[in-house]
This record gives sequence, structure tokens and C-alpha cells, in this order.
Amino acid sequence: MSKRMIGVDVGGTFTDVFVLNENDGTATVAKVPTTRPDQSGGFLDGIKREVDDLRDVSVVVHGTTAGTNALLERKGAKTGVICTSGLRDVLEMRRRDRPRTWGLRGNFDPVVDRRNRLEVPERTLADGSIRTKVDLDAVRAAAQTLQSDGCEAVAILFANAYANPANEAAAVALVREIWPNAHVSASHEILPEIREFERFSTTALNAYLQPEISGYLGRLETALRDGGFDGEFMIVQSNGGVMAVETACQLPVRTALSGPAAGVIAAGYIAGSAGFDNVITGDMGGTSFDVSLIHNGQSILSPQTSIDFGMVVRTPMIEITTIGAGGGSIAWVDKGGLLNIGPQSAGSNPGPVAYGLGNDRPTVTDANVVLGRIDPDNPIGGKLERLDVEAASNAIDIHVGTPLGLTTLQAAEAILTVANSRMAGAIRLVGIERGFDPKRFVFMPFGGGGALHAGAMLAQTGIARAIVPRYPGVTSAMGCVIADMRQDFVQTINTLVATLDEDALARFMQSHVDQGITLLDASRTKFDSRVLSFELDMAYIGQTHTVSVPIDVAVTGSRVVVPTKMQIEAAFDVAYEATFGRLLSGGVRRILNLRSAVTGKRPKFDLASLAPIGEGSVAAVSHRRVHFGTQWHETAIYDRLNLPVGAVIKGPAILTQPDTTVLIEPELQGRVDAFGNTIIEQQEGAV
Amino acid sequence: MIKIDPITLSVLAGRMEQIADEMDATLFRAAFNPIIAEAHDASHGLYHARTGDTLVQGKSGLPIFVGVMAFAVRAVIEKAAKDGDLADGDIYIFNDAHIGGTHLSDMRLVRPYYRDGKLFCYLASVGHWHDVGGAVPGNYNPAATDVFQEAFVLPPVKLARAGVINQDIIDILLRNTRLPQSAMGDLNGQLGALDLGIKRMDELLDEYGGDTVAAALDALGHRAEALMRSELKELPDGRWEAEDFLDNDGIVDEPLAIKVALEIKGDQMTLDFTGSAPQCAGPVNIALPTTVATAYVAVKHIFPTLPANAGVMRPINVIVPEGSLLSAEFPAPTGGYTETILRMIDVVFSAFAKAAPTRVVANAYGTINALSIAGKRANGQPWVMFSFYGGGHGGSVETDGLNHGNAPISTATIPPMEILEAAYPVMFRTWGLRADSGGHGAHRGGVGAIYEIEVLEENGAEAFLFGERGKFAPKGIADGQDAAMNVFSYEQDDGWKNPPLVSKMRGIKLRQGQGVRLETPGGGGYGPVSERAARDIARDVARGLVSADAADQTYGTDWREVAS
Repeated sequence: MSKRMIGVDVGGTFTDVFVLNENDGTATVAKVPTTRPDQSGGFLDGIKREVDDLRDVSVVVHGTTAGTNALLERKGAKTGVICTSGLRDVLEMRRRDRPRTWGLRGNFDPVVDRRNRLEVPERTLADGSIRTKVDLDAVRAAAQTLQSDGCEAVAILFANAYANPANEAAAVALVREIWPNAHVSASHEILPEIREFERFSTTALNAYLQPEISGYLGRLETALRDGGFDGEFMIVQSNGGVMAVETACQLPVRTALSGPAAGVIAAGYIAGSAGFDNVITGDMGGTSFDVSLIHNGQSILSPQTSIDFGMVVRTPMIEITTIGAGGGSIAWVDKGGLLNIGPQSAGSNPGPVAYGLGNDRPTVTDANVVLGRIDPDNPIGGKLERLDVEAASNAIDIHVGTPLGLTTLQAAEAILTVANSRMAGAIRLVGIERGFDPKRFVFMPFGGGGALHAGAMLAQTGIARAIVPRYPGVTSAMGCVIADMRQDFVQTINTLVATLDEDALARFMQSHVDQGITLLDASRTKFDSRVLSFELDMAYIGQTHTVSVPIDVAVTGSRVVVPTKMQIEAAFDVAYEATFGRLLSGGVRRILNLRSAVTGKRPKFDLASLAPIGEGSVAAVSHRRVHFGTQWHETAIYDRLNLPVGAVIKGPAILTQPDTTVLIEPELQGRVDAFGNTIIEQQEGAV
Repeated sequence: MIKIDPITLSVLAGRMEQIADEMDATLFRAAFNPIIAEAHDASHGLYHARTGDTLVQGKSGLPIFVGVMAFAVRAVIEKAAKDGDLADGDIYIFNDAHIGGTHLSDMRLVRPYYRDGKLFCYLASVGHWHDVGGAVPGNYNPAATDVFQEAFVLPPVKLARAGVINQDIIDILLRNTRLPQSAMGDLNGQLGALDLGIKRMDELLDEYGGDTVAAALDALGHRAEALMRSELKELPDGRWEAEDFLDNDGIVDEPLAIKVALEIKGDQMTLDFTGSAPQCAGPVNIALPTTVATAYVAVKHIFPTLPANAGVMRPINVIVPEGSLLSAEFPAPTGGYTETILRMIDVVFSAFAKAAPTRVVANAYGTINALSIAGKRANGQPWVMFSFYGGGHGGSVETDGLNHGNAPISTATIPPMEILEAAYPVMFRTWGLRADSGGHGAHRGGVGAIYEIEVLEENGAEAFLFGERGKFAPKGIADGQDAAMNVFSYEQDDGWKNPPLVSKMRGIKLRQGQGVRLETPGGGGYGPVSERAARDIARDVARGLVSADAADQTYGTDWREVAS
């Protein structure tokens, strides 16, 4: 029987399903409305649309925004904290920041109320010595108080638990005995890393998410099993790897950026297959434009993020830079006569003026509609009959044209010019912050709206070509099927290299490897190979910013052979020089953290199987007027999915498919590559 | 001058802001010292070729620099005019606070940008160096009575002439710091940021042409001015005064008045600081550029969406009395400038609240509380733990104030307790919120913090504090109440003590096992206590942020009827 692998990405508006037939490599996609508040309805609908019998499914991988949404909307469980005496306010005090630089307004409520943050006598010092042994009677009393106050989850947060977890481990063991459910998180288990606010925040948010996420994933799994599914159910993590559903229920905080991460993984794979290792991705949604950078085939990981002010999650995640310029971003003229885009957005509901759902302020999508770039008769997603071009024109006149003395068309072009310039700014900055020149990269738009703006991004950033994936609207769902299984571990060491305890380092490395391998072994997924990687966060003494130092570690069987101090020092010198250009003579090297990653490489499918088959057709299906620059152009419209490999379409042209519109501007051309991607570049012969 | 269309203007505004942001990012990444790398105590921008006015400034730099850098550029313009030898490729460097504002730790680099052989604008970079000589490592000397006891003073000189670096200047700089490696790293970072700015300006002018970019810069200034005038026109005409006090100057225990009269007339505003105390002996003096820049910071907090360029200040007249501590003359010490400018912002907010209470927040905690604890380890190695501590922000018309925020003049975060405990022989007994410290009102001020720190080192240690708000509380606005004041205590063999100068003290001897405790102020309250909702009072009491007694005394006992 032919087995299927399924990727499901649940977004704000649509649930995307990507189904890969493992035997013949063919793929199908489905897009269904996301159901709220319980997303499992749309999840199952989408799968059932493509698969008759769940017994035919070997793997289901899910990219989810359930965690992000629960955090942003504060929909997690009532949670309690048991912590070191004197420290119950760490969660609320943050790192002494403020919501916005200017204005001094706004405040902050942590996810755990001060009433439910209880202190117990215990203290470990920074060197790991125990100054006050934990008072277990006090821990028991605190846990009972939290339970009777209605807390569903609890986090144990002890000072310096990264240096010696004994007190915290004793406390959590006791709490687990008496707590009525599995929702108990301890800071040394979630993140054994120095910096109490970041560790406490990550642990408390994990506890806060546990009941909600494990309930949601449990419902999904039950429904899948009830339908006869007997395969592996996995969840995408923020680091772009997948984990087993049981792990996700214990570590839900690792799903904080699950959905967007899957998109970047797919983008990297698609571009890599097409021969491009350096990619800047641009995901344009209703409210935002998310940019990410892939260098030499690797996405950049950032160590932490703030989901919202004061809600810090420290766990490796794919670095994604977001600016408020999406299709629903509102264009407005300020008191000084300057045209601005966003940050206010009409989102997807009520959405652009042209949707006719109640918004009367013009958006970026409205400008695209008025200029003929979006077909008013076939709106994407199929929810609406027709777009209201006249209403969009009126809104642009009233809010932009009249105040600036521009005609409707000039005003619509102006909105796109300013929006494109902000998006191009984000692309430039993402490259520059990492010290890369964007010109060495290709641009990959995905999401519903990105491919309308690809030409403008090339013109403004100097990037030579854009690559539009064959199915840009389901990139994240495809990423679910592609992602490897990966577990990240961290342990603070905090020592000079000279005084490093090599045996202790070896024990930590071995423990990380053992835990990671156990998780890989427990999964019923096939792996092509297993990869172990180790990094040390290092710096010279006196320096606060550390450098990630990759360490080559020999592994025989599953036993790690720990590197010598000399090897570590040499590796540091290489990494430091690459980052800062020169070494510090006489500087004393120190090690702050060990970071390990255990990856199971999953079999990849051949993207060529998605390519168009046969002759297809290079004939335009229709024509319509589209406005570019200062004039209308009679523009050919093509059915994108029907274009054969090798077809070259010269701009101006528009390629349509059910969930995306690809715009090819005059002077540019779109070429269908061997995988069905469209490569947008300068026309041959053009300068 | 060519006329520029509004679309190109929007695009160029974003592009130029990005150039300044990129210069910021370049220095943050390259700087060796954490004050720049982590606390972002630095800034970059583009400045007018003739006037030195701020044209564009980066978004991520320290707020106080947004106004102060124009003075640094102006000083260079004057120096170059006097010497008559300005050339493409020149770079000026100086730290003289009486000319360039703030304090001597801030090293300023100014570089002319030429286009087609003609001066187009200036680029500048400022960053807080770790050490620039003087009596105390890190240049924070609370007992200084002149600048020479604070740091080495460098007037504007040419670090580079027509593209050639003058190594003599670097040699002088590096011989005058305790941390030459750190200084060299920061200097390299600042030079790198300026190089990048020049490269980006070349690209921008190649693309759009010098005339268009010049026209855009001009138009952005006019636009900022127009925005400010339209904001002021919406406010009522009138004159409002506010006065507050610094506890003392660290040398003589006498309060020092900071006074402002704020006048709005049509589309103009005057901030008149006449009546402020005369120049004092200790380091809470500030130089005139700092005063003008601080007025800008206050204005920008009141109108947070206005752009960061000099056009904003054109409708605003700042009057600073001669001979006052707000226009201190060389060589008066200025190392503690943070406390004075925080009080200036407080009085501007208090006066503005009388004109339009919904447009401002009540006073924030108003002191940076620079605390250092230092000693020698058993092996003789010296250690110094130095940090600033947070407090509450003021209530506003929308919400209660933020608990434990950073100072309005800065965006710096506090180091984690565990990093401090790992680096120094100390243990925090408490790192918590301070109940009953927020000013009461319809919207309560945010609460301050309690930090209690025990010395673990068997040799003991010495503590030094430079703080304020120990005698005069942060003010509420719109009939909101004042916050709790700063309280500093230290443990001795016969019990806890408080310093005679309240929040300033040098050389407090501590034994192993003894500690110090800092209880920082909250923010002022907003609106009358009679308008606070009973359920908010009950919730504050349930959370322990307000004691039941204080709630009863302030608000009456009706809250006891309400479930929290």
C-alpha cells in the first residue's frame, strides 16, 4: 500500500495541508479555513479532503501557532510559581526594560499573578554550593496552596539552579508526587542556563502553555488514532526541527514560532534544490512581512525572542525579522504631509476595503487591486465572490490622493512605492546585521502576497533574481514534511578554559547525546543519518558578548570523546577571529555555556516530483489592463500551474494559481525551472 | 532648491534613517565595552553642513544623545572655521562635556561628508568609553569638585587629516586610560561606523542625486517643524510653572532647586528654567548643551511620534539662566549629570500636566542609583561590582505605571542577578518589588524595587552610592499622589544605618555577611485617589503591592466590599 506523509500548517486564516505519496513522490495540497477556537476541526477536514483512509498515513507533522496565540492572547492556564525566598518578583521585574523607548506609557502583567508566586526557604550560590537546603515542608505547603487556589500548572524556579540543581530537583520530585496532573515544570530541566529572568520566564511560560497545548495536541492525536492512523505524529519546533508529540506536550514553549519556522525550512530546501544556497525569504501575510536569511543552506538561529513585552522565551529559534507591512497594512498621510504604511492593519478581517467587510481605510492590497495586479473577479482563497474595486479607489482618493494632490492611480502607485521601500529596508537590514551583502542572495517570496512584490524587491535591493516556489501558499505545510528531527540542549559551565573540569564537560556532553538519541530511538520515523553537533559559548574575560564556537567532537558508538583544552582554545581563536577580525593578545579565554544538538536527518523527497509534467501550455488564458509606473499595459494572464518546464514568460505578465498571484513587471521575465519554480530575472538582452 | 515630491520624500526618510541605524548596529557589534555593546550608550546621525542641526538620527541610540550631538558638530564647525582648514577625509575627536554636553566618558567623533568636492553634511558618532582617566576607574567620582578629578579632557582635535589618521592622537588617548584595549576597540568601532555611513551616503546620492537628497533633508526638517507646530496649536495657551529639588550635590547638604516655567502661545512653546539653583561644588552640574538636549528628550517623550530632527525644536525656545547649575562653566564637574537631567524631565512633565494632563505621565522614580561594591579577594585580586538600579514609572490617563522600569534618559537593561553573583562575591537576599512605593491615584504609579545585597568575601568590601530622591518624592500629576522616596541602608555591627547625605556616600565598610539595602522610589500617581476603582485597590492589596493599612488610609475601606 502506498504510504503518505502529511504536513499541516494552521495559520490565522487558512489551514494548509501538504500530502506526499512516499511511493511515487507525487504531492497534493489542500487549503481549508482555520477553525476557531479549536483548530483541530480544520486540521482534520484538511487531511480528510486528501486522504480517504488514515491507515494509509505514515507520518503527520504539524506546524502550529497555537502556542504563540495562547501567549499573545493570554489564554494559557492559571499557573503557580514556587521559588527561592526573596525572588518571587523576578518574572514581573524583567530585565528593567520598558515597552517603548519614547512616551513612558504602558505596563506589564506577568502570566503568573503575584498571589500565585510563593517563596520557600532554599538557596544555592553561584559556585553551586548549597547555602540553605530546600525546606521540603514549605514546598509541600506551597504546592497545596497553589492547588487549592485553582492553579492547573506549576513552575519551580530556584536561584542558580543551573549551577547545582539539587535543591530544585528535590522540590520538583516532591511536587510531582502530589500534583494532580503532569503540568509541572522545573527551571533546570527546561533551561539549565545562567540568567534567572530568561530561565524563569521560559519555564513559567512553558508551564502556562502545558495544559492548553497538551490538551490540543491530545485531541488531535486521539482524532487521528480514532480514524485509524497508526503512524508517527510530530510537531515542528521554533528551531526548525520536529519533535515527537510527547516531547511537545512536555516542552510546549519550544513551539512558540513553530509555523513560521517550517516555512523557512521549506524555503531553504526548495532554493537549495534549485541551486541557490544563499536566500532571503519574504513571507507577506495580512499584517506583516517576515524576513529570514539562509546562508550556505543554513538558517540563522537566534537564542531567544520576546513573544510580547516581558514574555521572553529562550530556546533556539529560526531568526525571523518582522515589519508591519502586510497586505492589510493601512496607508495614511500624517499631519506633516508624509505618506505612511502601517503599523495599523485591517488584517484579514475586516481586511482591505475591496473585501467589503467594513474597513474603509485603504490598504496595500487595495492599491494592488486598483492597479489591476490582483484579479477582482477571482479573489484568492475563494471566500469572496468579487472584490469591490470602486470602494478601494474611493478610499485611496479620500485618504491618500486628495491630501497629497494625486490622482487615484498616482496615489495607488505611491502606496506601493512606500510599502516596497519599507519591505526592501527590512531585506537590507537582515543582510547587513549579519554582515552579508544582500546582492549575493536570491529572494524567495512566499505566503499569499509576496510574489506581487518580487520585482520591486529586486529593483530596490540589487538582488539579481527571485525564485517563486511552485506552491508558495503552502510552503509552511511543505516544510513540515521536510524538517529533520532535532533536539537542542544547553548547560552553563562558567569557567576559565584553564580551570575547565574536562570530566564534567564530558558528562554533560554525554548526557545531552544520550537524551537526544533516546528521543530519536523512541520515534518511529526513518532517519537517513544522525548528526551530533556541539558549540561552546566563549569570550575573553571581561567581555559580555560571547561567540559561538563549534567544537569537533569524536563520537565512537554513542560515546563522546571530549576535546582537550588546547583544541578548545584553538577553536575559539578561529571563531573569534572570524567574528571580530583579530584576536586579543594576552586575553584570558572563558567558557560560559555548552550547547548540543542531536539531529535525525529525515529522508528528503525529490522536489522534481512536483514539477509540471508534459507539454502544458504557454498560451495566455486572458488579458487585462495592469498599471505599471505611469501607464496601463495590456497584460497577458497565464495559468501558472499549466506552464511547462523551461517556459519563459516576458513581462508585463501575471501568473495566477489558486492561492497566489505572481507579477512579472515590464523588463523582467519569469522562467519555469526543472522543479516548477518560477525564476524572476531581467529579460535576456535587457540591461 | 528643487521641490521634492511626497513619495520620494517618504522613501528617502526611511533610507536615511536606516543609514543612521546601520551605523548604530555596526558600533554595537564591534564595541568591546559592554556599556556600548549591551546598554547601547552610543548614537549616530547626520548633521547640517552649516548649522550642525540634527538632520537624521538612529533609532537605537541612547535617548539623551538625540539632542546633544548637534552641539558636538557645532563645536567642530566653529573650530574648523577658526582654523580654516576643513578637508574631505578629516575626522575630529573630543570628549569635552562643556562644549559637547553629557559627561567626559562620551567620546565624540565628527566627520565632514563631501560630495563632488563640496561639503554636504556631517556624520557623527558618540559612544561611552569604559575609562578615560581621572581619579576613579570608570570616571564616576561623586566627590569631584572639577573636571580634572573626573577624567582626561580632550578638546576638538583632528584625529584624521584628509584621510590620514594622526597616530599621535591615538597614542595620547591610549596613555590616558586604564583600559587601552577597550578604548582602542571602541575607537575602531566608531571609525568603522563612520566609514559605513560615508559608503551608504555615496550609494544614496548616486541613486537619487545630491540635490534631491538635500531637498529631502530640508523638507524633513520643515515637516518636523510643521508637525510640532500643529501639536502645539492644539494645546491651550498659557503659562504653567513647576519646581522640584535635588537632595544635595554630594558635598554640601542643601537642596538644589530645578524650576521651569512652560509657556504655550499659539504654535510656540517656551521652557524657561530661570529660578534654578546656581552652579554648585559637586558633580550634579550640567553644561548648557546637556540642558538643551534634555529639553528635547522631555518634548520627545510628550510627543513620541515626532521625528528625531532639529525641526521639532524650532518652535521651542529654551531659556537657561547664566551662572546656574544648568549652564555650569568649565571646569565645574558634571559626572553626575544623569540626576539633574532626570529632575529637569520631571519638572517639564509636572508643568505640562497642568496644561494637558492626558498628554504626559506622572514622574518616574528619578534616580539612577549608581551603586558600587568593591574589595579584594583572598588572592589579592581587586573586584568592583557597579550597576544602576530601576524604579517605578508614573501612572498615566490609560493605565497604572510600569513596575521596575529603566530611566527615561536611557534604554539600558539591568544585568541578571545570577551574572552578578557569578562574577562577584555577593549574594542578593532580595531582588523584589517594593510594596507601598507607587504614588496613589486613579492610576497608581508603578512600584519601585528592593535590592538587598550581602557580601560573601571574607575580606569584606566597601560600598559607594550616588543616588537622589531621598528627600523629595517623585510627583503625581492631575491630583495624583507622590511616590515613596529612595531609602538606602547599610548593615554594621550595631545594626542598620542610613547615610547622612541620604542617597550619596563613599567608602562604607562592610564585613563578610553584612549587606546593603536599596529601596527605590516608585512612580507618581495619576488622577485623584477618589477615582480609583475599588476592584483595582482590592487587587493591589491581594497582590501585596499596596498594604491593607495604606489602602484604608488612602482610599477608605470601600474596597474591602469588593472581590479582587
